[in-house]
Amino acid sequence: MNSGRLTNFLIPLLAVLLGVIAGSIVMVISGYDPIAGYSALLYGAFGDSYYIGETIRQMTPYILSGLAVAFAFRTGLFNIGVEGQLIVGWLAAVWVGVAFELPKFIHLPLAILAAALAGALWALIPGFLKARFKVHEVIVTIMMNYIALHVTNAIIRFVLSDKSYKSEEIHESASLRSEFLQSITDYSTLHYGIIIALIAAVIMWFLLEKTTKGYELRAVGFNQHASHYAGMNVSNNIVLAMVISGAFAGVAGAMEGLGTFANISVKAGFTGVGFDGIAVALLGGNNAFGIILSALLFGALKVGALEMPSSAGVPTELVDIVIALIIFFVASSYLIRLLLTRVKKEGK
Amino acid sequence: MGVFEILQIIIPSAIFFAAPLIFTALGGVFSERSGVVNIGLEGLMVIGAFTGVVFNLTFADQFGELTPWLALLAAMIIGALFSLLHAVASISFRADQVVSGVAINFLAIGLSLFLVKKIYGKGQTDQIQVGFDKIDIPVLSDIPIIGPLLFENGYIPSYIAIALAFVVWYIIFKTPFGLRLRSVGEHPMAADTMGINVAIMRYIAVMISGALAGIGGAVYATIISRDFSHATISGHGFMALAAMIFGKWHPLGAMGAALFFGFAQSLSIVGQTIPFLKEVPTVYLLIAPYVLTILALTGFIGRADAPKALGTPYIKGKR
Repeated sequence: MNSGRLTNFLIPLLAVLLGVIAGSIVMVISGYDPIAGYSALLYGAFGDSYYIGETIRQMTPYILSGLAVAFAFRTGLFNIGVEGQLIVGWLAAVWVGVAFELPKFIHLPLAILAAALAGALWALIPGFLKARFKVHEVIVTIMMNYIALHVTNAIIRFVLSDKSYKSEEIHESASLRSEFLQSITDYSTLHYGIIIALIAAVIMWFLLEKTTKGYELRAVGFNQHASHYAGMNVSNNIVLAMVISGAFAGVAGAMEGLGTFANISVKAGFTGVGFDGIAVALLGGNNAFGIILSALLFGALKVGALEMPSSAGVPTELVDIVIALIIFFVASSYLIRLLLTRVKKEGK
Repeated sequence: MGVFEILQIIIPSAIFFAAPLIFTALGGVFSERSGVVNIGLEGLMVIGAFTGVVFNLTFADQFGELTPWLALLAAMIIGALFSLLHAVASISFRADQVVSGVAINFLAIGLSLFLVKKIYGKGQTDQIQVGFDKIDIPVLSDIPIIGPLLFENGYIPSYIAIALAFVVWYIIFKTPFGLRLRSVGEHPMAADTMGINVAIMRYIAVMISGALAGIGGAVYATIISRDFSHATISGHGFMALAAMIFGKWHPLGAMGAALFFGFAQSLSIVGQTIPFLKEVPTVYLLIAPYVLTILALTGFIGRADAPKALGTPYIKGKR
């Protein structure tokens, strides 16, 4: 048991290490200086208070999209639709933020709740189809992503604006922005969303580990037949798991809509935050605490990458390569386990 | 504007948009029939598009008219090699196939943009100068009505794509190789007992899917976008995946679905010029392929069943 825990901790660390090494090999082959590249990355992520603020701001939606993917994983589902659920959540949050004028203590929670509801509703469809018709959720959620993208763009153009490419800015009373947080981080775009993300992580942990419902959801994920035999309603639990996962994704969208951007604009493609959530969840071992750490890592990679072209001449895409390789290594953990057991045997 | 003129706008452009989807969806058929989920089709198309454009820009002076064909060949080879990553991770290292496919997509877009910036010093390549020629197919284009609609003024790769669907159908359903491929995807243990090497069959299938998706991406880049940037391939791989499922994992079904999706895409683009379609908001045409796929999966358009062993790594000796 103890060595199993150790392995579970070692695999993500080794995966990151291997990813970073592979990244430096790519840099050497293409004629860049890896030390300069990674120094620029580190400086761009943590170099001064502005960069730290940006890193934490980027980490915020990553925590939530990671939680969304992980919650589904833990209940035996693969939610690739986090991206789409995030987009409709973003739309709903901005819509409520623009349409109403209310006191802050009602308006802000209402906007976040709307985002959670929209995300949950978007995830309800694949959940229901899985439970009722046994349709695989991976394909349905991928399709729902594109439907979300196109429908949201149409709503922005024709409902939220008059054929413009972006909505109006949300009212101050729905905003997550904070002058205090901005002032201590040298006017970065840091906002209060990080507190909500951390609370969400605690909620996910409590829900899955400490409640009867969470136990049921995990049981259905492990073995549908056994859970059914034990008297659990498998269909309802599948739908519920997707809905909760979608709600996390929707709130991730609210972070962008109410905090970072304060509006929503027509998107040519996906934000990527939802897909990165898969990487965050995998690396974080699908548990709430691990996700906070891996969200920090990915936030730092993404924000730090912006510094690389100007200081070291390395294209920002290097970071995408490193992230992809980290996913490969985590996914191929069979290889790492094999190596670890071999090393142990030789040690004896 | 008469019905015939309208058809003359829509149908050729539907075939035009469908060609890359057909190639890629046929690739998906190979991979998934062998039991390996390939969400990485999108990334493999990206690699194909990148290779096709870069090859074309680099060698256009040496090879002249032959360039686009050689570019397809290059994209095919690089696509197959790139898909090897997915094969190694999901067959040998027993990685979750969906996760590995997601990683392929990340890696493809990251690596190709990284190289574009390295080679050209900007985020987008130049426009290619040498493309495919449009041809009229002899004899067939002389048939009244159908001739001008289907066989006039088309690109050769489009016709190759449609012909290939029949070839793939023959390979998968009429040859020993096809039978082995399907058996590995339905019941790998039984196949193994009969002396078929499951791992090798799956490796071959995944690499064929990489090769075809590479061609699909290169065809898209050479004919439709004519350059390469981050947005060149945006969801076409997933649309091809949808076409494969909508076509019930059958090569001809996949081709039919790809043609239909091409039709929907062309409607959303040329629809503005056609009288009664102007009234339909483009968003409905944009989401049509995806909505239809979901409906098809749900069983409203006939039941679609995936190969039985799809998504599960085969571990020898495990019941």
